Amino acid sequence: MSAIALEGVTVTLGDRPVVDHVDVRIAEGEWVALIGPNGAGKTTMLRAIAGLVPFEGAIALHGTATGSMHRREIARTVAVVPQAPSTPPWMTVGEYVLLGRTPHLGPLAREGAADHLAAARALERLDLMGFRDRLLGTLSGGEKQRAVVARALAQEAQVVILDEPTAALDIGHQQQAFELLDELRGESGLTLLAAMHDLTLAAQYADRMVLLDAGRIVADGPPADVLTQGLIAAHYAASIEVVDVAGRIAIVPARPAR
Amino acid sequence: MEAAAANTQAEAVRPRGLPLGWAVAAVAFLVVSVLIGIAAGPVDLGVGDIVRSMGERFRVPGVATSLTPVEETILWELRVPRVILAALVGGTLALAGATYQGVFRNPLADPYLLGVASGAGLGATLAIVYLPNELRGQQALPPAAFLGGLVAVVLAYAVGRSAGRERDAATLVLAGVTVASFFTAAQTFVQQRNTDTLQQIWSWILGGIPTSGWTDVALVVPYMAIAWGIILAHRRVLDVLSLGDDEATSLGVDVRRVRLLLVVAATVGTAAGVAVAGLIGFVGIIVPHAIRMLTGATYRTLLPLSVVVGAGFLVLADVIARTAVSPAEIPIGVVTAIIGAPFFALVLRTTRTWGG
Repeated sequence: MSAIALEGVTVTLGDRPVVDHVDVRIAEGEWVALIGPNGAGKTTMLRAIAGLVPFEGAIALHGTATGSMHRREIARTVAVVPQAPSTPPWMTVGEYVLLGRTPHLGPLAREGAADHLAAARALERLDLMGFRDRLLGTLSGGEKQRAVVARALAQEAQVVILDEPTAALDIGHQQQAFELLDELRGESGLTLLAAMHDLTLAAQYADRMVLLDAGRIVADGPPADVLTQGLIAAHYAASIEVVDVAGRIAIVPARPAR
Repeated sequence: MEAAAANTQAEAVRPRGLPLGWAVAAVAFLVVSVLIGIAAGPVDLGVGDIVRSMGERFRVPGVATSLTPVEETILWELRVPRVILAALVGGTLALAGATYQGVFRNPLADPYLLGVASGAGLGATLAIVYLPNELRGQQALPPAAFLGGLVAVVLAYAVGRSAGRERDAATLVLAGVTVASFFTAAQTFVQQRNTDTLQQIWSWILGGIPTSGWTDVALVVPYMAIAWGIILAHRRVLDVLSLGDDEATSLGVDVRRVRLLLVVAATVGTAAGVAVAGLIGFVGIIVPHAIRMLTGATYRTLLPLSVVVGAGFLVLADVIARTAVSPAEIPIGVVTAIIGAPFFALVLRTTRTWGG
């Protein structure tokens, strides 16, 4: 069964279809990078899957149409790491990560022992136990990003959607974040779908790449099939060289000859 | 392995509880304010006399009042209900302010600045002037004030959203001030056209805790109980809302429903306050911000603390209102504005971003 299945999904913002008749199936445990130029509709597609924007067509999570799921049910299935997460400066890291338990609680319920433990596991997994009582306002960008991932982990959803998760991080923290996500996928069988701008980084980790342009899927397959000179030139209007680094693909921008 | 599991158990992550020191300080502040509120006034009642009289009231064995029957009446029919009413209104306004700040993710939101109080004032004025005699009683004021307040907050939010980005804190307040000016103008117009009832409205709209015994207390308690119950039950959800609409939704919260419910609850409470005490500004700004500055609390602890501190704050403001130029009274709204406006300026300077 697919973890995520989109059938004829169209999202219209204003009078323009931002996502246009998209069909895609993502298997359980798969690691998919969603790539495409600015304005291709990556974020909107992720938002549609998470139930944050109305759409036409059908989206199913583990075989159940999201339209027939309660908001909390969707939230127990999909955790979202947004592009620019809010991190209220007056909250401690522990309190923030506990908010990830919200979909498991009734609307007015308080957290119980199981929730305290889930938050503790998530913090431990991200090496944040020492930061538990620190205020978010005192954290560095990389530490905040780890707190956000810990919150998503505490949500205990099988599908994790990430929108440019490492845009604010330096190259070292980017690698650490993706190594960690990859480990988590191995440990708990998570399905990962991440919108990414850094194609080389994406190719290092993703099993599969989906290239979106003007709301349509124009290429879908292993990195070697998607990151070709021709496709990148056609959809990014970029001139690149594709190089092989120890069996994985890297993209090098190459100034066009005059 | 087992040791590791036990270790995890011990390290389970919990939210900070209500900080004991601050909780004790807040309650002590309220108790002292209430005692000052009861003792202060033209007739001097000593704290010892008050405590003894309370002892007799609550049937503490061996305690008898040392007050004369006239003083007993002043204490139990004038002072105590007035102080309780001030405490109820203050606690509610502070709670409503913190709630509006949470649901609108706006540090400047306040029942007064959002126009809720003016809307409620107009609603109550219309009820006083135009309702047929048989419906005109005091009972009609809170519902009428609620309708006016709700129209105002919806208008302020709609105008604020159409005028600027949702995250821009000042836009919502500008919209609220616009709505408040309009409603105040309408209220003044209605009042001028009906000079026969003018005196009654004028004294009430400026804001003041009435010395009307227990009837006003009984009038507002049901409305405020509803407001407090709904808001305090949602204090964890308010922390989720502080992440913004999208993130709260992706955590499974029905943001629109929760926001509507909380705005209605805060407006019910504010309207009940306005119906008995007129327009009192800035309590909803001063109290939650002071608490957050001191304790760094999340909504979970900020809301209950706001009730307690807001209650004590308005009791003290009422003491100033009735003793500063005794035997005359200053409208309490003037007292809170004199303290609140400079504080508001401070908040405006220090709180540039909200929600991280």
